[in-house]
Amino acid sequence: MRNIAILAVAGAMALPAGAAASSALSREDIQWLDRVTYGPDTATLNEYQKLGRRRFLDEQLHPGEVRLPPQVNAEIGSLDISHQDGAELLAYVNRENQRINAIADDAQKQAERKALNDKGNKLAYEAARREILRALYSPAQLQEQLTWLWLDHFSVFQYKANDPWLVGDYAERAIRPHALGHFRELVMATLTHPAMLQYLDNAQNANGHINENYARELMELHTLGVGSGYTQQDIQELARILTGVGVNASGNEPKLKPEWQALYRHQGAFEFNPARHDFGSKTLLGQHVNGRGFDEVEQAVELIVSQPACARFVSHKLAVYFVSDNPPPSLIDRMAKTFQKTHGDIAGVLETMFKSREFAASLGGKFKDPMHFVVSTVRLAYDGKPILNTHPITNWLNALGEPLFGRQTPDGFPLTESGWASSGQISRRFEIARAIGNGNGGLFDPEDGTAATTTGFPQLSNRLYFTALEPFLSANARTALNRAGSQLEWNTFLLASPDFNYR
Amino acid sequence: MKRRVFLQLLGAAAPALTFSGRLFAAPPGSPRFLLVFLRGGYDCANIVIPYSSSFYYETRPNIAVPKPNGQDGAVELDSDWALAPILRPSIAPLYAQRQALFIPFAGTDDLSRSHFETQDSIELGQPTQGSHDLRSGFLARLAAVVNDSCPISFTDSLPVCFRGDSDVPNISLKGVGKPVFDTRQAAILADMYAGHHLQQEVADGLELRQEVGRVMEDEMKQANRDAITPKGFELEARRVARLMKEQYRVGFIDVGGWDTHVNEGAAQGALANNMDSLGKGLAAFSQEMGGEWRNTVVAVVSEFGRTFRENGNKGTDHGHGSVYWLLGGSINGGRVAGEQVKVDRQHLFQDRDFPVLNDYRSVFGGLFATLWDLTSDQVQRVFPGSSPTTLQLV
Repeated sequence: MRNIAILAVAGAMALPAGAAASSALSREDIQWLDRVTYGPDTATLNEYQKLGRRRFLDEQLHPGEVRLPPQVNAEIGSLDISHQDGAELLAYVNRENQRINAIADDAQKQAERKALNDKGNKLAYEAARREILRALYSPAQLQEQLTWLWLDHFSVFQYKANDPWLVGDYAERAIRPHALGHFRELVMATLTHPAMLQYLDNAQNANGHINENYARELMELHTLGVGSGYTQQDIQELARILTGVGVNASGNEPKLKPEWQALYRHQGAFEFNPARHDFGSKTLLGQHVNGRGFDEVEQAVELIVSQPACARFVSHKLAVYFVSDNPPPSLIDRMAKTFQKTHGDIAGVLETMFKSREFAASLGGKFKDPMHFVVSTVRLAYDGKPILNTHPITNWLNALGEPLFGRQTPDGFPLTESGWASSGQISRRFEIARAIGNGNGGLFDPEDGTAATTTGFPQLSNRLYFTALEPFLSANARTALNRAGSQLEWNTFLLASPDFNYR
Repeated sequence: MKRRVFLQLLGAAAPALTFSGRLFAAPPGSPRFLLVFLRGGYDCANIVIPYSSSFYYETRPNIAVPKPNGQDGAVELDSDWALAPILRPSIAPLYAQRQALFIPFAGTDDLSRSHFETQDSIELGQPTQGSHDLRSGFLARLAAVVNDSCPISFTDSLPVCFRGDSDVPNISLKGVGKPVFDTRQAAILADMYAGHHLQQEVADGLELRQEVGRVMEDEMKQANRDAITPKGFELEARRVARLMKEQYRVGFIDVGGWDTHVNEGAAQGALANNMDSLGKGLAAFSQEMGGEWRNTVVAVVSEFGRTFRENGNKGTDHGHGSVYWLLGGSINGGRVAGEQVKVDRQHLFQDRDFPVLNDYRSVFGGLFATLWDLTSDQVQRVFPGSSPTTLQLV
């Protein structure tokens, strides 16, 4: 085990002078940080010790302008999706499709179509890359967890329709700005985003051509929850209200009757087209909705999010993610009360949750889903040293079954242990633990294909480990680590240990 | 899986593991059951087509599958029903050999029309009314009443139907490589979870991984002899068969991609393509089971049917009654079974969907009773409060 000792010393020396005084942190501090962040790195520990828990939480709940490390900022800035918004990209792909369809030569047509698809897939990868870099390095760790959670709650699938071109824009414009904001805004932002309109088919929902897919999932998965009291009739009525809410990336407004022109709405590639809308009157959740255009949608969303069922449904989702697979009803009651009192202020609901007894009592008991597992691993192994290549991470997330923008069904990924801790998933996780512990796996190979100039080895027995993990290890984990015959095995056992797989 | 034995072996760090497959191989002749769940609500009316119904052709102007017409088009099953032409090479021959049957108007009385709610409620297999025990699925309960059932799920995660007191191992056979841990490493990993509530899962997972590695080795040897290597679901289904032939007797697998709200196609198209892959996989499964096919029953189910009428986008929305399939070497097949009504507007449920006349709990309760010679008490443990029907399925 001599090599491990050497690596540990090297890890300690790499830290800047004045790093955290490790002795002050208790097990409970670390467990608390394991929930509020994607797992602490040294920068997190320093910030936590500087501010104290109360102010640290306050900054996490209200992050203001987020400053990423310069290298990460530059990496994100160099992405194509950082320079083109969804509407532009959608207009581009539509034009390209038209052009390609007109090509006479079959071989050429096929080649060009493939090139276009490759480009779309590259943009979807960039979107995942941006999410991963932020999850790893953003000091606003809570905002990043919420962004992931809402992306999952309002799930879209990158392989549907033109969604590979749009998922980056969806994360950046529809989700992240509202992640800690008001729930109603979040619903409206997803409702009017082309990625969602395409994914759940509302782009095709029109008067006389009803498609109730989105209307159903909006109530079932996004706001109220199944069994909360709405009926099949409510779904059909909501689908009628949503007629005409669609996508138009052409930049050309449709020709409309004069009385409809004032009702037309357009923002980016989102469009409300009165010519496709059902102007009959409707009844939703017992309330009369006068047929009058997009205002009906605003009224419907307001009505839905102000239902007590919505406050409970959203509170429950947050508590399952942050507290427990079976959150105590007393906690949900208080969170739902805050939700209603603040008209759906997400940060407010979270504050109620984080400051509760139930939260404190739950620490250490949540099994990490794959995103938490992978991100916390890399934060530990390369403590603050920015990776250059995110392909290994997307591969690990794929292998573990939780790719970003990769949930085919609209229900989002499971958030409970039973969804991730089956025998097959655990053995897969151990194999990924081994892959991560085995070397940097290409994390430091530049994405542009140029030769690597920096190297990195997973320094799991680093100073961060001795501060945040080692003092609190279980006897079983200690025994396993002592039985390791190599650094690789030691890394594998640590990452596979129950100690590391719960937060 | 006998994990105590396995743990003892691990604890002793035995030089070579003895896998449970060899220790506990099923005696020949014992029944096998594989549940295939089509997640998303497959549009049964375009697969088992009510071709004698003019109402079907009126309400599906863009997506109806044309009537049977000799050797082309849909395959006539009886005077009312026909099989989608895409299944002509795969499932139609099984039907002709009386090794396939279809049960229309099948499903559950859950009316949420939610994929997730309805899938869960079917997998739990408990009465829809009243409170549910979310930790108890019907295949887990079946595995508990059948001796040496060796249950297994061929999925990435453990499905609700296998939730229960003891762990059911799971592994997806879509793409699996060689096992990466040697015996000593596996033992250390298992020991690390001794006394932990995931102890069983850890032990099962490590063991099954070795077991499947062995099956994959056989496949590699075969691939070296065969010119054509199967792909996709067919490959997966063949692997499932190898494991079920040898050892496992209650299995589960799911197939997605059936939620056809838009442009589902008719005789050809998106739905037909997905069905083609399913059909070929199931046919391959029946071959790969070899002599054990006569002891095997495969049931194909889905959470609900879809709207009988096509929607505004040449697709269909969430409906109610479905059509279930049974396949097996010794089933009483070659027919369309169960209670039926005329397919017209008057008999639609809520003027929208196929009604459910054959409740899945009654159908499967009756099937399991015959297959394993269960007492009515045992059937009630699998499907509490159910009234099993005898459709003479096997």
